[in-house]
Amino acid sequence: MANISTLNTTAAGLDAVSGRLGSGPSGARPRKVLSQRNIILYGLLIVAALYYLLPLYVMIVTSMKGMPEIRLGNIFSPPMEITFEPWAKAWASACTGLNCDGLSRGFWNSVRILVPSVVVSIAVASVSGYALANWRFKGSDVFFSILIVGAFIPYQVMIYPIVILLRELGIYGTLTGLIIVHTIFGMPILTLLFRNYFTSLPEELFKAARIDGAGFWQIFLRIMLPMSLPIFVVAMILQVTGIWNDFLFGVVFTRPDSYPMTVQLNNIVNSVQGVKEYNVNMAATLLTGAVPLIVYFVSGRLFVRGIAAGAVKG
Amino acid sequence: MANSVSIRDLSLSFGAVTVLKDLNLDIHDGEFLVLLGSSGCGKSTLLNCIAGLLEPTEGQIYIKDRNVTWEEPKDRGIGMVFQSYALYPQMTVEKNLSFGLQVAKMPKPDIDKRVARASEILQIGPLLKRKPAELSGGQRQRVAIGRALVRDVDVFLFDEPLSNLDAKLRSELRVEIKRLHQQLKNTMIYVTHDQIEALTLADRIAIMKSGVIQQLDDPIVIYNRPKNLFVAGFIGSPSMNFLRGEISEVDGRPVFTTHGVNFSLAGYQASEPLSAGRKVVLGARPEHIAIDSDVMGGEAHEAVVDIEEPMGADNLLWLKHAGHLMSVRIGGARRYAPGSRVRMAFDMSMASLFDAETEDRI
Ligand SMILES: Nc1ncnc2c1ncn2[C@@H]1O[C@H](COP(=O)(O)OP(=O)(O)O)[C@@H](O)[C@H]1O
Ligand SMILES: [Mg+2]
Repeated sequence: MANISTLNTTAAGLDAVSGRLGSGPSGARPRKVLSQRNIILYGLLIVAALYYLLPLYVMIVTSMKGMPEIRLGNIFSPPMEITFEPWAKAWASACTGLNCDGLSRGFWNSVRILVPSVVVSIAVASVSGYALANWRFKGSDVFFSILIVGAFIPYQVMIYPIVILLRELGIYGTLTGLIIVHTIFGMPILTLLFRNYFTSLPEELFKAARIDGAGFWQIFLRIMLPMSLPIFVVAMILQVTGIWNDFLFGVVFTRPDSYPMTVQLNNIVNSVQGVKEYNVNMAATLLTGAVPLIVYFVSGRLFVRGIAAGAVKG
Repeated sequence: MANSVSIRDLSLSFGAVTVLKDLNLDIHDGEFLVLLGSSGCGKSTLLNCIAGLLEPTEGQIYIKDRNVTWEEPKDRGIGMVFQSYALYPQMTVEKNLSFGLQVAKMPKPDIDKRVARASEILQIGPLLKRKPAELSGGQRQRVAIGRALVRDVDVFLFDEPLSNLDAKLRSELRVEIKRLHQQLKNTMIYVTHDQIEALTLADRIAIMKSGVIQQLDDPIVIYNRPKNLFVAGFIGSPSMNFLRGEISEVDGRPVFTTHGVNFSLAGYQASEPLSAGRKVVLGARPEHIAIDSDVMGGEAHEAVVDIEEPMGADNLLWLKHAGHLMSVRIGGARRYAPGSRVRMAFDMSMASLFDAETEDRI
């Protein structure tokens, strides 16, 4: 009985409180959806998105049209008759100056260049970044400064000396040579990336591992690596897109039979004989760009997390 | 008593910055030594030198009478507990505990025995399969202590192990660390900036300032007979009252004079002659000032209550007298309204006199 009466008084108290609310502002302030700020913000975002999406749209539609339809000249109209002929041709039978087996050869060349280059460059850079961050050695600061400067030297300056160097080593024109070049040129930025990431990890963790008796490699493999997935994903994306999109080193350091996809794409698009097959060119370009795109889509979330982890301490 | 850790003329500089200078310290076997000092005074640096994580610029470190100055951390017979716990995030508690033993290639059954013993002592048995992220702060720190424990070392090093915990957990874990020390009887070196931790845990406290040890003594001695003005002001909360003045002579006896008022120095044990005219600072802790009924005869001065701060068990009065504001600690039941007049006297046997120039105790 006593309980019920207390309940009642509580309820009455609540009523009294809500009854006390006067008219006028109360609770959260309502926000206008169509405020000036929102219109400008979303307007700009939409314009920017269109600016980037429109060329992509044109490429996709064009690659699915036949040549007669393209000659009509309306590049924005959707294809009347969807055909994948241009894609097949771009992949398997387009002519690239020397031979006519399309981009497929270049694709596999690129894969054979990409995989070892990415693996080797990330492996080397992560270990040197770790050493620079945690095992200060005599001259490590100087070494680090040199690396940073290295990141700003234009590639073109170094191409000729490297050609000579590779020739002397007897690996000029081979895939090994190109892989070494990619590894070297990826080193400054990747080492910087890894060093900054490892510096951001708590120093006491490293100290604890040393007290536990772990050495250079044990700490790297068993403590640091398992904590570094995000930064490895960032490095992988940087290297995959960078190396896949590379054209200059591909032309300079390989022979025609091992040209990467980008070089072959150029040869298809810029071939001077015959009519320009815009649909095949568009399809070939899309095919070449597909790999970095897929990498972005698959690992975008990890990428953002890794960048954030590198930028913000802790 | 044998020395467990000895530090001889240790200096350490980072480039042009000298953090430790000619530091000497002997720590007895089984002793609980607390390094106390404000942030940035070089406590962690000293601890890292003992652990072998930092190379001293000069000097030697002995552990168990063995010169370990050039030894790797793992070969020094030390275990260390860090402020941020520093647990390996991707390993379970069990793996965290056994990592060091695995690295040392200890046989699996021995590892299991060690882990079982540590987890029993620290009561972390139910947590063994969890990852550090699934533990509370107190549990994490317990695991971190366990990681030092399994290594079965002679010397434990603690670097502010409780600073990341909230007040309640801190006082709980403080008691546990003390119990652990009584149980294991290892040498423990404990770094903190918290004077309560230092006073409650330590067998001896070393108070540091700018890389120099100011005083190394029992907590009680440090509290009651601080060697200099810095130590006196650092230890004690609310802090010691300081009155600037000089020594003068009345009827052939030295007295302390400030703003024209004389305080008898009867009962003060000076280590140097108290010559008239010497500029000094008188230090008196809030609980060493008597008021009204506590005044034991002798001279008494009249003061006015400025503010009263009741704290439950105690009551802190702020008194105005001769141009000074002094805090006095009295029982919580005794209340005074602001503006009331009280009689006050210093307990000179518990007071401290410092030279105004050198700031050293007289
Ligand atoms: N790696 C370092 N390089 C330069 N100065 C340092 C380095 N580590 C610590 N110091 C300096 O040494 C002093 C003592 O640091 P530390 O031992 O961490 O202090 P505490 O642990 O007492 O707070 C600080 O003033 C700090 O700035
Ligand atoms: Mg510190």
